[in-house]
Amino acid sequence: MVRIYIDQKPYDVKPGKNLLETCLTLGLDLPYFCWHPAMGSVGACRQCAVKVFKDENDRTGRLVMACMEGVRDNMYLSVNDPTAHDFRSQNIEWLMSNHPHDCAVCDEGGSCHLQDMTVMTGHAYRRYRYPKRTYQNQYLGPFLHHEMNRCIQCYRCVRFYKDYAGGKDLDVFAAHNHVYFGREKDGVLENEFSGNLAEVCPTGVFTDKTLREHYTRKWDMTMAPSICQHCSLGCNIIAGERYGALRQITNRFNGAVNGYFICDRGRYGYEFVNDPDRVKQPAVRAENDGGNLFESISSILAEGKMIGIGSPRASLEANFALRRLVGEEHFYQGIPENEARLMSKILSIQLSGHVYTPPLKETEYADVVLVLGEDPTNSAPRLALALRQAVRTKPLEDMAGSNIPLWHDAAVRELIQDDKGALFMAYPVHTKLDELAYGTLHAAPEDIARFGFAIAHYIDSNAPVPESMDAQALESAKHIADLLQKAERPLIVSGTTLFNEDIIQAAYQIGRALEKGEKKAGLSFVMPECNSAGLAMMQAPSLHAAMKAAEGGTFATAVILENDLYRRAARAEVDNFFRAFKNIIVLDHLQNDTTSKATVLIPAATFAEGEGTLVNNELRAQRFFQVFMPKNEHIRESWRWLDEFGQFRLGTMPGDLRELDNLVEELVGAMPQFKGVESAAPSADFRINGQRIPREPHRFSGRTAILANVAVSEPKPPQDTDSPLSFTMEGYRGMPPAPLTPFYWSPGWNSGQSVHKYQSEAGGPLRGGDPGVRLAGEGLFSVNGAPSHIPAAFKRQEQAMALVPLAHIFGSDELSVHSPSVEGRSPRPYIALGSRDAERLQAVEGDILQMRIAGQVFDLPLILKNELPEGLAGLPYNLPSMSGIAWPAQGVLTKTGL
Amino acid sequence: METPLTQHISFDRPCYSLRDYEKNGGYQALRKALSLSPENITNIVQASDLKGRGGAGFNTGMKWSFVPMNGHYPVKYLIANADEMEPGTFKDRMLMEGNPHQLIEGMIISAFAIQANISYIFLRWAYKKAGRLLKHAMDEAYAAGYLGKNILGTGYNLEMYLHTGVGRYICGEETALLNALEGKRATPRAKPPFPQVSGLFGKPTIVNNVETLCNIPHIINNGPDWFKSLGKGNDAGTKIYGVSGRVKRPGLWELPMGVSMRELIDDCAGGMANGYGFRGALPGGASTDFLVKEHLDINLDYKSVAAAGSRLGTGTMIILDDHTCPVGFVHNLEHFFAQESCGWCTPCREGLPWTEKILLSIERGEGKPEDLDLLDMHTRFLGPGNTFCALAPGAMEPLQSALKYFREDFEKHIDQKKCPWR
Amino acid sequence: MIAQETLTPEEMAEIDHEIALVPVRRAAAIEALKIVQQHRGWVSDDSLHAVAGYLEISPEELDSVSTFYNLVFRRPVGRNVILLCDSISCYVMGYEKIYEQIRERLGIAFGQTTPDGRFTLLPNACLGTCDHAPALMINNELFRNVTENDLDEILDRYH
Ligand SMILES: Cc1cc2nc3c(=O)[nH]c(=O)nc-3n(C[C@H](O)[C@H](O)[C@H](O)COP(=O)(O)O)c2cc1C
Ligand code: SF4
Ligand code: FES
Repeated sequence: MVRIYIDQKPYDVKPGKNLLETCLTLGLDLPYFCWHPAMGSVGACRQCAVKVFKDENDRTGRLVMACMEGVRDNMYLSVNDPTAHDFRSQNIEWLMSNHPHDCAVCDEGGSCHLQDMTVMTGHAYRRYRYPKRTYQNQYLGPFLHHEMNRCIQCYRCVRFYKDYAGGKDLDVFAAHNHVYFGREKDGVLENEFSGNLAEVCPTGVFTDKTLREHYTRKWDMTMAPSICQHCSLGCNIIAGERYGALRQITNRFNGAVNGYFICDRGRYGYEFVNDPDRVKQPAVRAENDGGNLFESISSILAEGKMIGIGSPRASLEANFALRRLVGEEHFYQGIPENEARLMSKILSIQLSGHVYTPPLKETEYADVVLVLGEDPTNSAPRLALALRQAVRTKPLEDMAGSNIPLWHDAAVRELIQDDKGALFMAYPVHTKLDELAYGTLHAAPEDIARFGFAIAHYIDSNAPVPESMDAQALESAKHIADLLQKAERPLIVSGTTLFNEDIIQAAYQIGRALEKGEKKAGLSFVMPECNSAGLAMMQAPSLHAAMKAAEGGTFATAVILENDLYRRAARAEVDNFFRAFKNIIVLDHLQNDTTSKATVLIPAATFAEGEGTLVNNELRAQRFFQVFMPKNEHIRESWRWLDEFGQFRLGTMPGDLRELDNLVEELVGAMPQFKGVESAAPSADFRINGQRIPREPHRFSGRTAILANVAVSEPKPPQDTDSPLSFTMEGYRGMPPAPLTPFYWSPGWNSGQSVHKYQSEAGGPLRGGDPGVRLAGEGLFSVNGAPSHIPAAFKRQEQAMALVPLAHIFGSDELSVHSPSVEGRSPRPYIALGSRDAERLQAVEGDILQMRIAGQVFDLPLILKNELPEGLAGLPYNLPSMSGIAWPAQGVLTKTGL
Repeated sequence: METPLTQHISFDRPCYSLRDYEKNGGYQALRKALSLSPENITNIVQASDLKGRGGAGFNTGMKWSFVPMNGHYPVKYLIANADEMEPGTFKDRMLMEGNPHQLIEGMIISAFAIQANISYIFLRWAYKKAGRLLKHAMDEAYAAGYLGKNILGTGYNLEMYLHTGVGRYICGEETALLNALEGKRATPRAKPPFPQVSGLFGKPTIVNNVETLCNIPHIINNGPDWFKSLGKGNDAGTKIYGVSGRVKRPGLWELPMGVSMRELIDDCAGGMANGYGFRGALPGGASTDFLVKEHLDINLDYKSVAAAGSRLGTGTMIILDDHTCPVGFVHNLEHFFAQESCGWCTPCREGLPWTEKILLSIERGEGKPEDLDLLDMHTRFLGPGNTFCALAPGAMEPLQSALKYFREDFEKHIDQKKCPWR
Repeated sequence: MIAQETLTPEEMAEIDHEIALVPVRRAAAIEALKIVQQHRGWVSDDSLHAVAGYLEISPEELDSVSTFYNLVFRRPVGRNVILLCDSISCYVMGYEKIYEQIRERLGIAFGQTTPDGRFTLLPNACLGTCDHAPALMINNELFRNVTENDLDEILDRYH
């Protein structure tokens, strides 16, 4: 700690920080624009000026930019100094001289950092009396709206998009007061993190285009803390609603997970909630005489044995409620056998104690990274963003002697230039991270695994060496082994994306080998879905096991929880499975092929309409909260329905349902591996000063008008029995506990930039700790000692092509693709081949090829990916029109018309 | 009177070839320097009190001494700043067109002093002739073994490249220049870190002005005491002074540091042109404060000019005569600065165009009394430290002094709602 | 689709030379733009794409650089480009008169090109020849102490 004096008051503060972050940490309101806690300082906007004095006696001092000056012991400064104050207010006047002053029609209004800072500095009257500069806006694709006239040239957009996220197609053009931020020409912004521009931009230049379609001011939204549903990383989000529709997703800071940024799938994938094709009413099919739902259900439930199919995209609670309903021995995971095996393998590795699973944020500090068989940009996007930062770790450490503080972003980038830490990418095709990699391997999954085993061998010579590997691959494996051993914080990224167990084993083998050398390697595993880990921790058998069990016709009823089985297994298999049941109860929120098979269809709440817990890929249990009461009382959380079914079964009538907390308590009691889930968030009876936490900001307006077409009197607000959040603006005004924070707001800080008020220090963890509880999985697995089996090298087959699934950030995820904006970015079905295979078929890019996979026939246009090894074809994973392929798969390829 | 810098320059004949330069003592300083230790050279230059001729006037040897010499930095750079775009400045052009070998020799010695193996001349686009002559001279120097590998058998290597810019005054700012050389937008960099530590491509780098570098061979040849003895008063060496505007003989002269303003204008430039009276002058380029009649007897060295409220800058003087409207004069300057702002920091990017617009409206007779307050405000708030680099503070120097010395001219415009000169 | 134009072998050779002198390919960006402009008179969108592709950077990154500098022409210019110094010494010495005269003679203001494509007129900051103001440059040639009388004769030299 060092002592500094601000306006004569002494403070003990952390050394190594700049004055701006220090002031913010101390709770002082100092305006800024170009500084960003995750991106550091560049000193462009000149907004954060303070006075610094030579010593105690100096009365003159000099203006400095707080973000560009480090704290020093015994330093005297003033925030309130009149010159500093006047300069800050003058700076705003300059910024505002060309600003259109269009707050009333600007999407940013009410959550605008520029508005906040303008008010903060006291600038009110504009003296600039000349014509304003005007710009033309650009079309930037389905995610972002562009309004350049509002720009204050803080350069944050390019710094985020180019420097931080590695984007190529946004930049700054021209000079002096004509600088322009945009693309070279109109067109879709390509970077997967573009949506963050809406939050990074302190004014309304880049705004969320999907919000615009159903615009609501921040202060008029009902918001809740939530968890992204679209991949296994569990990024924290804030979801906002008005008029019964979900309107916006923004980042919710979690210092251990997503920090300040989420990906575009997470930000824009929410619109499935508003899909007109939602399942809104319970439906009972004719053979059950179309009668009353409850009667039908009661009779079905009484009818005999039930089988329950769980889901990796449903909450822990929902899966548990199903398990309870059907009985532990009749509960199945609802994922294919192969995926279930991969998941239990990953869990056993993660819980083995031999390796370390770093939280997402920590992966940014890895100094050597090996990615085995994953394309994080598409399978776990936020991880790819973290790895982009990780390649800077090594050079940043190397410059330790240079006296350049890490927050001095401009100087740091100039000094380290293009230096990069070692990142090695192994995946069948080129990935976006390849551009940062010092080495890549484009190979078949088997060969990627073999490569991993070779690395393990070079670290620990007791580990077996794969036979007949070519010398060059061995050389490169040796080199990586060497780097990993020398690394301080080596990280291996692997996962389920290629459906290859050997790859996962190889990753583990490397971790083990490093551990023997007394280095606990970080192993990050990418999983398929948002609750894949939670479901797998229940240790239920797979969908294929359920199919087997159903074969004898012993079950009368299948209960399918939020799961389109046609995405899990081949169509014929699923058809066959369904034929075994008299009753098929399906709970889901969107119509799909499985819901069309339902004899009883139950409308389930989406994440926005209900509460629940998800376990992410690092086994972090995180709670998401209901954002709004669904418009109709039939839409309820699956766990609530299932709990109610359970009560029917027991003969009690619906009445006082179990609350979420009870269910969680029971879950933890029944399965000790979930110990900790109960403390992922405060329980429903949590109150501060006897008050609930309001989901609505206290400027929420027009609530008597919302339903004025029905009645002008204000209806009784909905009651929340499951959480300490209220559905109104009334309640506790102070700072809620981190897991319960529905929005960021602080006096004078209406935009999301107010998050620093919620942090224990500017940019640091949230007060009270970052939310989420990492599960130790108590008693789940004994140490995995399985000897490694090294697969044979991949060999091209004469008759069939080996197929690899290629993940796509936009398209491969089941729910997000229902958002029109995301759908617009999704690839059309294709087949990818290397040049040799294409030549053999005499096919050129765009030719339609026919692929037969286990009875399914696809006609697909050819995309050439020259790096694909011969004999291997890539198919986009799980596009809506291409699901039902049992991975790993093989197919027979012909050129149509031949 | 000794004129080391211009002794071999005459525009009545083609500029020296290598042979002629050598015949007249050229590259002797280099031979001598290579026999000294690099630190020794830096010490000599520091002792000579040579101050940077690019405008800021920082001790050159001192600047070099910040370059790490511990062998941890295999790559270092030396750069000659030949961007010369400061309005009213034209001295480096003469040095390069008149005797390119002098610059090259100075650069080799300087590069050796900091143990740099790569050097650049950053030449502005418009200097076509200088570019041609430099290129030719560099070829000669390479051929003669003054450049390239193992220079004069000493084992020292130095490559030299000529880079011509594509416009923009800000490229002359040394850190913006580095970005331009890296093929980027020429926005300045934050200091610290200084280029001496983290410069071109992140490596230790020295940027010196052409005139500064041209002094080096003479200092090595004749020693620091000789150099100091050249100056008249506070400062060492000679200086290329210039005068432009309505004088009888505009031009450049190499004179002892510290000649008086009157000597320069009257004796060298022949006094004001017929029919024109003297109202003031910017002593060292567009970004220096006006000096007026009462200053005519001050000496043109760094300290004395500063004491008079201005800066010696580049030492090339622009005269404001009594037929030229001071408001129009300053408007022209602010137009230049506003155009040449790089657009990085707020006060400069937004403030300069505002002052330009105010000045234009005053000049057109559309000014309001409050406009003068706004101009004052800008001069106060666009000071050093408030902006990211020295461009905007430089831009305020002529404006603030014009408001001081010619305020009644501004007021007349506003009162009469027209420009009295038009 | 993307770039229609490609670089000529000559241009590529010249750019390769510049690339060889710098530690990273993209550092040759400005040199490459100059080279292309030298050959083609200006840098069209297509040329920009071709250069960007050659330097392995995005068109955005290259255009960000090209639009920063005022002597990279991103719009077509005439066969001859007149750069008239509008800075302070030339202002004092009356460049505005010269400007008026060019406007009259050629019918073009700053930023414009004659309909026959013969001249483009641009303002330029200080040409560094202030002792011979007013000054202007046409293509690579400098004209100093320009008077209203010389102007016709100077312009007549360019076709
Ligand atoms: C806006 C601006 C423009 C400049 N232009 C030039 C220039 O054209 N030539 C030059 O030598 N120095 C110029 N300088 C000064 C340089 O930044 C730097 O101080 C100088 O090149 C150092 O050389 P010296 O120490 O030999 O003077 C400029 C500075 C600023 C702020
Ligand atoms: S003062 Fe600021 S905007 Fe102006 S040139 Fe310097 S950095 Fe650029
Ligand atoms: S926040 Fe400090 S200069 Fe922008």
